[in-house]
Amino acid sequence: MKILTGNDLKTGAVTWWDGQDWSLHVEDAVDVGDKAEEIMGREESARRVNVPYAIDAELDGNGKVRPAHIKDRVRALGPTVRPDLTLKPTEPEALNWVI
Amino acid sequence: MYKYDQYDQAMVDARVEEFRDQTRRRLDGSLAEEHFRPLRLMNGLYLQLHAYMLRVAVPYGTLNSDQMHALADIAEKYDRGYGHFTTRQNIQYNWIKLEDAPDILADLAKVEMHAIQTSGNCIRNISSDHFAGAAADELVDPRPYAEILRQWSSFHPEFSYLPRKFKICVIASDTDRAAMRLHDIGIQIVKNDAGELGAAFYVGGGMGRTPIIAPCINEFVPLDQLVTYSEACLRVYNRYGRRDNKYKARIKILVHELGKEEYTRQVEEEFAHMLEQGVEPPLAELERIKTYFQDPDFKTGLTDRADRSDPDFALWIDRNCHKHKAPGYVSATISLKPVGGIPGDASVEQMHLMANLAKEYSFDECRVTHAQNIVLPHVEIGRLHELWTKLEEAGLGTPNLDRIDDIIACPGLDYCSLANARSIPVAQKISERFAANGKADELGQLKLKISGCINACGHHHAGHIGILGVDRKGVENYQLLLGGSEAEDTSLGKITGPGFSEDGIVDAVEKAADVYLAHREDGERFLDTYRRIGMDPFKEALYG
Ligand code: SF4
Repeated sequence: MKILTGNDLKTGAVTWWDGQDWSLHVEDAVDVGDKAEEIMGREESARRVNVPYAIDAELDGNGKVRPAHIKDRVRALGPTVRPDLTLKPTEPEALNWVI
Repeated sequence: MYKYDQYDQAMVDARVEEFRDQTRRRLDGSLAEEHFRPLRLMNGLYLQLHAYMLRVAVPYGTLNSDQMHALADIAEKYDRGYGHFTTRQNIQYNWIKLEDAPDILADLAKVEMHAIQTSGNCIRNISSDHFAGAAADELVDPRPYAEILRQWSSFHPEFSYLPRKFKICVIASDTDRAAMRLHDIGIQIVKNDAGELGAAFYVGGGMGRTPIIAPCINEFVPLDQLVTYSEACLRVYNRYGRRDNKYKARIKILVHELGKEEYTRQVEEEFAHMLEQGVEPPLAELERIKTYFQDPDFKTGLTDRADRSDPDFALWIDRNCHKHKAPGYVSATISLKPVGGIPGDASVEQMHLMANLAKEYSFDECRVTHAQNIVLPHVEIGRLHELWTKLEEAGLGTPNLDRIDDIIACPGLDYCSLANARSIPVAQKISERFAANGKADELGQLKLKISGCINACGHHHAGHIGILGVDRKGVENYQLLLGGSEAEDTSLGKITGPGFSEDGIVDAVEKAADVYLAHREDGERFLDTYRRIGMDPFKEALYG
């Protein structure tokens, strides 16, 4: 599947296109099929996202979206060396999902 | 240390307001990202993996305690409670909001700091010896020369759009503590046979994709021609540097491709031309700058002995303190490398503490080292125990300078958008492994450096042991290098062979260390043994 990611313009936070809006959670990302360029162009002009790009992803064993490349999985969770600063500070096993 | 005059302050303040306006226009949509990006980069603001990252310049690594406090305040107010000290003697914040960036720059300007020229194809922060003005072995304090070059290179219109970024280093001792020959221009202040001071110019060094050790192109440039000669070096580069190919655009490639002789000939020709034009600032300006770097009021009659009855304290003195030029003083290094810690990271509390300690014990000064530690340059030996006790209580008393657990590691894939692999977890695992197996003590000096990609911010080429993270079909993989050095015996490490997994690289480092322990002769460091026995025994142990 193809999903879209970028950063929030004001805060720089990593965001994912959930079909309506930009979510902080990769689990919310939706398959955009061949609509990536169209959505990114529209959303970037509206400044709802900064420097968006499309990436490959798959559904993991639990049916949750998992970006294909480790770089985007690090972006999705946070720095693996500071679990306290990730989006899931109370779930140490989340790091296994990244690596 | 240097204090801004009205021009410095006015320039920095004006830049803050300019960036405030640019940011406002980006946020309201009148500036598109493609136009804003170069503007934010000129102010040290990157977009990294998790947020904006702000890189703040610490000129030649020198800070006073107010500045360190201000850095801590920024970490607390605008970031997530910590900062990361880098191999360029700077500090980076990883969680900056664009809307806060102008306020942060304004806060920095209040303590005579900024983030100008910490990115982009311009002359970057000038680096220097972290023991400058303190080391027993230096000829003079190199920082006035670094400062005059900082002033010359700040907003230099001719050098704001170079083919690539440009890094200058100034030292003034034969012992190189600043990786001088791995800079675009490395300058060593030297004395000639007549006893006059001058500058030896090493041009075209660097790490990155194509590591090269800078050759010396002029052994003695008179100090009243320092800026002119630097300008001539830059001019030739600016004219002929490979703007057509990013990977060949650094000056090292130009010097290498032209050859040292031809490059030097062109520089000398340009230099002769420029001498006629009188671009050199008057010597009086250098003298004015020097007044800011006068020795602090060192006491006399101090004890040169510390009470070594506490073995932990004695160990810390032996490993983390450096000989000072003034009797009764040492330079003390605060390790930011606790076992299993993140190299170079310091919390808000630690930064405030280091600022307080700098004020109390070191004439209001501290330094950032290229090895990502902090130095208190002028500490009375008689007060060392008091200082060490406070550091210990804050987890800052690790006695491991230049040992295998004093690892340089770049932010890597945990933070950096250019990374191929994570650096920090590898550093943590190695430091934990050697703490657990007890071999770190036996190994003595062993400099280990890790980069998360070929850009080599973690100086892997210059590590006695170097590690380079690569991407192997989407999986992190690590190459091992041996035999590098950033010191006066500068050398570039060689890759041992095929790379290793994350856990495999930790085992590989231990195997390499074991080869050294098995082969070393009296007094040899890891690097000496490697140079004597060569790569084969290491390869045999790693892959045999
Ligand atoms: S070496 Fe590469 S991964 Fe490490 S900080 Fe530099 S650019 Fe990023």
